[in-house]
Amino acid sequence: MNATLPQTTTPEIPDPPQRLLTYFEEGGHTLGSWLLTTDHKRIGILYLYSILVFFTIAAFAAAMMRMELLTPTGDLVTSETYNKLFTMHGTMMVWFFLIPSIPSVLGNFLVPLMLGARDLAFPRLNLLSWYLFNFGGLLALYAIAFGGVDTGWTFYEPYSSAFSNGHVVTMVAGVFVAGFSSILTGLNFIVSIHKLRAPGLTWFKLPLFLWSTYATSIILVLATPVLAMTLILVAAERIWGIGIFDPRLGGDPVLFQHLFWFYSHPAVYIMILPGMGVVSEVITCFARKPIFGYHFVAFSSIAIALVGFFVWGHHMFVSSQSVYAGLVFSLLSYLVAVPSAIKVFNWTMTLHRGRIHFDTPMLYALAFIGLFVIGGLTGLFLAALGFDVQAHGTYFVVAHFHYIMVGGMVTAFLGGLHYWWPKITGRLYPENLGRLSALIIFGGFNVTFFPQFVVGYLGMPRRYHAYAPEFQIFNVFSTAGTSILGIGYLLPLIYLIWSLKHGKKAPANPWKATGLEWQTPSPPPKQNFAQTPIVTQRPYQYSPEIEEEFIHG
Amino acid sequence: MADAHPTLAEQFDDLPQQRNAALLGMWTFLATEVLFFGGLFLSYTIYRHAYYEAFEEAGRHVKILYGSINTALLLTSSLTMSLAIHSAQVGQQRLLVRFLRLTIFLGICFLVVKGMEYKSDIDEHFVPGARFEHGLPAQAQIFWFLYWIMTGVHSLHLLVGIGLLVVITWMARKGRFSEHYNNPVVISGLYWHFVDVIWVWLYALFYLVNRN
Repeated sequence: MNATLPQTTTPEIPDPPQRLLTYFEEGGHTLGSWLLTTDHKRIGILYLYSILVFFTIAAFAAAMMRMELLTPTGDLVTSETYNKLFTMHGTMMVWFFLIPSIPSVLGNFLVPLMLGARDLAFPRLNLLSWYLFNFGGLLALYAIAFGGVDTGWTFYEPYSSAFSNGHVVTMVAGVFVAGFSSILTGLNFIVSIHKLRAPGLTWFKLPLFLWSTYATSIILVLATPVLAMTLILVAAERIWGIGIFDPRLGGDPVLFQHLFWFYSHPAVYIMILPGMGVVSEVITCFARKPIFGYHFVAFSSIAIALVGFFVWGHHMFVSSQSVYAGLVFSLLSYLVAVPSAIKVFNWTMTLHRGRIHFDTPMLYALAFIGLFVIGGLTGLFLAALGFDVQAHGTYFVVAHFHYIMVGGMVTAFLGGLHYWWPKITGRLYPENLGRLSALIIFGGFNVTFFPQFVVGYLGMPRRYHAYAPEFQIFNVFSTAGTSILGIGYLLPLIYLIWSLKHGKKAPANPWKATGLEWQTPSPPPKQNFAQTPIVTQRPYQYSPEIEEEFIHG
Repeated sequence: MADAHPTLAEQFDDLPQQRNAALLGMWTFLATEVLFFGGLFLSYTIYRHAYYEAFEEAGRHVKILYGSINTALLLTSSLTMSLAIHSAQVGQQRLLVRFLRLTIFLGICFLVVKGMEYKSDIDEHFVPGARFEHGLPAQAQIFWFLYWIMTGVHSLHLLVGIGLLVVITWMARKGRFSEHYNNPVVISGLYWHFVDVIWVWLYALFYLVNRN
């Protein structure tokens, strides 16, 4: 137990007669102990394995695309294969990596710990959601392996139902099943945060990670079912050759776009809000300062989740949507920038006059802020009606959302993984390698995606395997950046696995961080806490005046 | 938790906490369900607005007798479900089992009547596609597509509800519930009522509004 920062008092416990078994040890190391576990910590790790597999597959597709785009002519793959590659990349990354990344891995591990609870409210449901997730993933992989899908991750009608030759139904079924996994996870988090808070842990003492997880869960629960129904309609139309989006009957394909984006735009916030939660935790700890404007950061998460439900139309500025609808959606899209900017300003103010430690998680958090600002501001460009007509469907859009999803979410995920790695595994990772890979990723990312803003602005359309020769230089940069990025991602994979056996043993609180999860041994016992903690103070009681030595791996 | 109740799961401190969590969980799930059906109700509204006459003509062919019988059956089943919950809360084991069985029976009756209606719909070629010939405008097929998918998804929900109640009945017969612990009965009841409410809307939209 950490005694240096007693922001949270645990009742005095007489020295336990023996060390508590960690969650690894209790229950044993058999395969059955993992596959039938209801322990939220183990389920988090199961998710980590799963998303790693899906990430690797999706990253492979990205690498193939970047190689094809090295030259202006389509010489490596045919246009048909290229269509299948970007569909594979999009579906896998969105539904099988990004959406579950922070919520299902770190969220599963941390939510009960941060609540001072023994588990989530519905542990068996939690395990079920992991199985659903994998079943959905296997369906998607089946669709990819036996013919592929060429619709893009958006499954636009009427192409997806009437014309595409791929395994659309199987792919759609996979996403449908994975969607239910998302819903169950979100439901579990909502109920746990409402009902399982430790004594004294009021809403405004919750860590900001929980606020952002709560906001994410609202979106998971309320948006995902709309996608599920929309996918049923696509599958039905494809199977029976008739449906409500069919223009021959007077059906409207644009209605599909409305329904799809009613889910998929809020889903974009599923792919950033959890990252914001991680950054809020990391920034305060490594600046040794309480978060600036706690209430604003907390409520801005909720505001992003709620306003995010009313901006979907900005994907359809050029899809025959009425001009007036476009005006409203444009305005509302600008509105989402307000809570996002509040967060950025508050993080910046938290850094101000802090005692900043540039450890690996902090490097990722700082990278997140910079990349998120670029991704967010270019989002405002695209929310402007006039500019969007020029940039719609170009690489400008591709660069914009990769700055949010990769520059934002993946960066935050890696930052969070490093930050909580000692807690999860009981081992420290090698700090210098961690810093190095964070820098490589930051550099590689910008070399990959910044040129895409330029080339998109100049008019290069997305989703083509060949392009005009004058765009080549930008694409060469992009492809070169991808290989740097690839090394950046490979390094943590290697040294994190290495650290499992050879890393230094982690103490309970290597970062001298506040927060309940640091008040229990690393790795925690199965019950999380020897005794239910009682919370008496607000979170983030850091003080920049106190010099503290971190324990580095 | 030395004095823990046998039905108290380890993550909860006491029975009220467990009960509140179960209730909130089911309400959250029902919020998901509302949005799940929401896309269909939205589509219905948009197309009804766009193709008002086609929808009205198509709607005259929906068989109101079946629909009305089913409405009566399902509303009654909600009553028996409520009585089952009440029996559980006052600890009346035998009545609980009896009302649960009655609810299941009414649910099955609904599905049988729905099946008969589907059969006559098929016999009269009210299935969208090549054999849909009634001199109706093309958009009438959208009405019928929505009819099939919305009542179909609803019936599927009812089937899940029946399966749920079969399990609950089995648990009740084993004496798992008492006046202190009956969460599974209560939350299954919530789900059952939800499925009932969805039907009330379907009855109004497909059977009633086109008969003015």
